Amino acid sequence: MPKLSFRKSVRLAMAEALERDPSVVLMGEDIGPYGGAFKVTEGLHERFGADRIIETPISENGFAGVAIGAAMTGLRPVVEFMFMDFMALAMDQICNHAAKFSYMYAGQCCVPVVFRAPFGGGFGYGASHSQSLEAWFMHTPGLKVVVPSTPASARGLLDAAIRDDGPVIFLEHKALYNLEGEVSDVPGNWSLDQAQIVRPGQDVTVVGYGRTVWLAVETAKRLAGRVDVEVIDLRSLAPLDVVALVESVDKTRRMVVVEDDCLTGGVGAEVAAVIAERVRLDAPIARVACADVPVPCCESLERAALPSVEKAVAAVMRQMEVGYELVDRGTESGCQRESRKGRQLAGA
Amino acid sequence: MTTMRDMTPYVVGRAVPIDPGASGQDGSSRAGCSVDSSWAVTMLRIRHFELKINELFARGEVRGTAHLCVGQEAVPTGVCAALRSDDYVSATHRGHGAAIAKGLSLYGMFSEILGRRDGYGAGRGGSQHIACMEKGFLGTNGISGGGLPVSVGAALSSKRLGLGRVAVAFFGDGVANQGAFHEALNMAGIWRLPIVFVCENNLYAMSAPVSSFVAGGSIARRAESYGMRHDSIDGNDVGQVFEASRRFVDLARSGEGPGLLECLTYRQLGHSKSDKRAYRTREEEAAWLKRDPIARERRRLDGAGIMPAADFDAMESRVVAEVASEAERALACQAADVSTLYDHVVPEAAAKTCGGITCPS
Repeated sequence: MPKLSFRKSVRLAMAEALERDPSVVLMGEDIGPYGGAFKVTEGLHERFGADRIIETPISENGFAGVAIGAAMTGLRPVVEFMFMDFMALAMDQICNHAAKFSYMYAGQCCVPVVFRAPFGGGFGYGASHSQSLEAWFMHTPGLKVVVPSTPASARGLLDAAIRDDGPVIFLEHKALYNLEGEVSDVPGNWSLDQAQIVRPGQDVTVVGYGRTVWLAVETAKRLAGRVDVEVIDLRSLAPLDVVALVESVDKTRRMVVVEDDCLTGGVGAEVAAVIAERVRLDAPIARVACADVPVPCCESLERAALPSVEKAVAAVMRQMEVGYELVDRGTESGCQRESRKGRQLAGA
Repeated sequence: MTTMRDMTPYVVGRAVPIDPGASGQDGSSRAGCSVDSSWAVTMLRIRHFELKINELFARGEVRGTAHLCVGQEAVPTGVCAALRSDDYVSATHRGHGAAIAKGLSLYGMFSEILGRRDGYGAGRGGSQHIACMEKGFLGTNGISGGGLPVSVGAALSSKRLGLGRVAVAFFGDGVANQGAFHEALNMAGIWRLPIVFVCENNLYAMSAPVSSFVAGGSIARRAESYGMRHDSIDGNDVGQVFEASRRFVDLARSGEGPGLLECLTYRQLGHSKSDKRAYRTREEEAAWLKRDPIARERRRLDGAGIMPAADFDAMESRVVAEVASEAERALACQAADVSTLYDHVVPEAAAKTCGGITCPS
């Protein structure tokens, strides 16, 4: 199988869709000759023309709404937000319109639109260009939220997202764009609601999505021989693959979630609730998340805020060393505790 | 207290007769006026639908809220009369009139507002979220300005797919201050899309008078910034609304780009059920009542020898009876079934194509 970068895999899925289906159009800022801020759409304008690679003004709420109206009336737009942070400007159209039309109108219309966006920190872009806001969309019924972790899943899941008849939030972690991996000649038949067991194990389940799958895999490697880690790639945050999660944790009875979003009210909180409601555990669930701070710009603080392999290894080791009886039963809330830990990690 | 006199300098473009007596000018600019009573029927159906909703609300049959367009009937009636049946319309939170004018059934609308299973959204949408894709009606909308970008999208797909359809986006005067308004106008302008933005300027955004909240003195003139034709007309004169709409719609359909039509009108009732109307005078209300669009059309039909006033009144009685009968039918319809709670959160396999289900009739 040929190797392809994550960036080129996303581009390949869009090019294939544009080729296959004349109702597919791309929309977004600077996605024409410029090729998009992260060069994901490079070459598509030359190949498919300005009628289908539609460059928009800086009007996030406006062009999200235009895509929604076009989707209701026969097109299948794939919309690029330059940074996920800018989706905040389009929350009205995404959450009050795209997510609700099918339901409010009792299935009279569907809204086949994909909202793509690069997300995540680690590059010193600062607080308005580094966020991981996926939990906002998980919290909105009617939206699917998909996060690929490899070039193959980027291509396969985006292909499925474009074919899907409802609105899909498709999130690409910036750190993955240059990642190379094998991608098959055909997209295959990917499902938007299935997690994948990346690495089987017996002792503890480490859950990740997007970039954090790679943190989980590295954690498993570092602990190999001491702890047998099972790694799950969620792929879809909404809906969550509850069956796969429960099956895994039923076996390991321990779970660590590694997530790029902020701790409070985040992806890990929902995954933890899903498990806590269904599985009897041997150790309290641990979450390794971004600290509850706006993502700092300077390297030392940003590194302290974001999840890392070291933090994940430490969380897994705590899981293996302590049972419920050893957990601090003090009055401090989890939130406060993590916040304090975060400050300690930051050296404050 | 803002008075109507204060409002007068706001309106630029075509002068709107403020003296109620001036409405006797009916017919002077009516090159395209209807030769039958079809506009009157539509306006009467809207009027009495709204009055029935008001009554049902008072009886405790309607939950939530409802924004009634009594007094504004000429705008959706005149605009939709200029449209093809497959053209697209998006409406506002005060959108029952636009829905009826676009051909939605009174039964389906009553059922939706009453939370019945035969409603256009099977009871899950309510007053501010009624759509009928078969009729090209993209929805009333509970978000001020929410329908504008959506309509621009419908115009984009019409152009891209070569469907020849025009989109109309109704919006209130308050929406002229929303970012979505400016974003939508700009995109419609740069892409020269087949869309007409229709402002139902009823002088107040809830309680906020347009004269105090719209900088620059004119909503219509804002269209100039986006390279768009515009006009400001008497929205209580259904013939004038039709004539201007036909001009704007035909130009949009023939590839001449978008336009903005500002229709000056007046909401005779409160914003919603809890409105004591403290922001306007009873004198202003009385003056606008004299410019009631239905009474004017009644006078016109009588004066032009198209329909004597007595026949008009008999026709109105028939509409009242029809409305009452459809309301009774809807009241007899079963409530939305609890087992459908999760239906259509995501598109069902059976509804793969847009507009795939049959609307209630």
